[in-house]
Amino acid sequence: MKRLLFIFLLIMSSSVYAVDFRQLSDPEQQETYETLTKELRCLVCQNQTIADSNAELAADLRRQVYEMLQQGKSKQEIIQFMTDRYGDFVLYKPPFKGKTSVLWIAPVVFLLMGLITVFFFIRRKKAAANQQTKAGALETDIEKQKKIRSLLGKGDPS
Amino acid sequence: MLKFIIPLILFIILAVFLALGLNLKPSEIPSPFINKPAPVFSAPKLNEPEEKLTPADLKGKVWLFNVWASWCVSCRAEHPVLNQLAQQNAVFIVGLNYKDEPNDAKNWLDMLGNPYNVSIMDQDGRIGIDYGVYGVPETFVIDKKGLIRHKHTGPVTAEDVQQTFLPLIARLQAEP
Repeated sequence: MKRLLFIFLLIMSSSVYAVDFRQLSDPEQQETYETLTKELRCLVCQNQTIADSNAELAADLRRQVYEMLQQGKSKQEIIQFMTDRYGDFVLYKPPFKGKTSVLWIAPVVFLLMGLITVFFFIRRKKAAANQQTKAGALETDIEKQKKIRSLLGKGDPS
Repeated sequence: MLKFIIPLILFIILAVFLALGLNLKPSEIPSPFINKPAPVFSAPKLNEPEEKLTPADLKGKVWLFNVWASWCVSCRAEHPVLNQLAQQNAVFIVGLNYKDEPNDAKNWLDMLGNPYNVSIMDQDGRIGIDYGVYGVPETFVIDKKGLIRHKHTGPVTAEDVQQTFLPLIARLQAEP
């Protein structure tokens, strides 16, 4: 029981987020704040969002988002503010444009390539298997008869 | 024949991508500021806090904008290089003392030498955000018209100075 509790606590402990004390009075703005901090990358610790990170820069960027929302800035304006300064890299969801098109298209292309390969692979296997069963049918029958006979103790007829 | 060519082509493509990946530096994020005007600020000088500096004061000068802090370890490594550059008098050097205590910063300069013509304070990191600073040290080269022409992330080495900064500065000084 103790061990189970320990494991449970261990699992729960992994979901610890940066302490964020900011609260906006307007629930709609609060929601925007929460989504924005989850969509903006912390540039020091590159694989964390600014909501996740305790880095100083992440804290400063959270403050920036908070203040801009308080000033009544829209989500789009804040994203523009961030990309003007840090480039598209600051966004976890990069916009679709010339430079990032490969990023968006590549997974689809790879998936299609995979599906096509699997399709042809299966078709070829099936065709090969069909042919083999036709050619091998006679042979296996003879083999089987032999086995039946030997099992029945009648010996080999040949 | 095709049986060998297809895997070979796939292998070559993969190898090219991996080779490119090896040489990429994910910590160097391309700056969206190149050839854009340097963001405006008005910040107190480190040594005379009652006086303020703005980029407009530096119009007509080629200047380096070096982001530093006394708590920053790589800045210490970079410092001798800046001192040497300052001795050559090739360029006006402005320091942005980023998220630092003024006293710590002054002590640091007293101890290690002061390559900056002027340092300004950015205690809460707002100017840093305006310049897209994400790691200290960072260095910008700004031309006579106030446009950012180059950004260097991480400590500047003597090699960088020789190969990148000095030639660029010479070119920018020659511009009208």
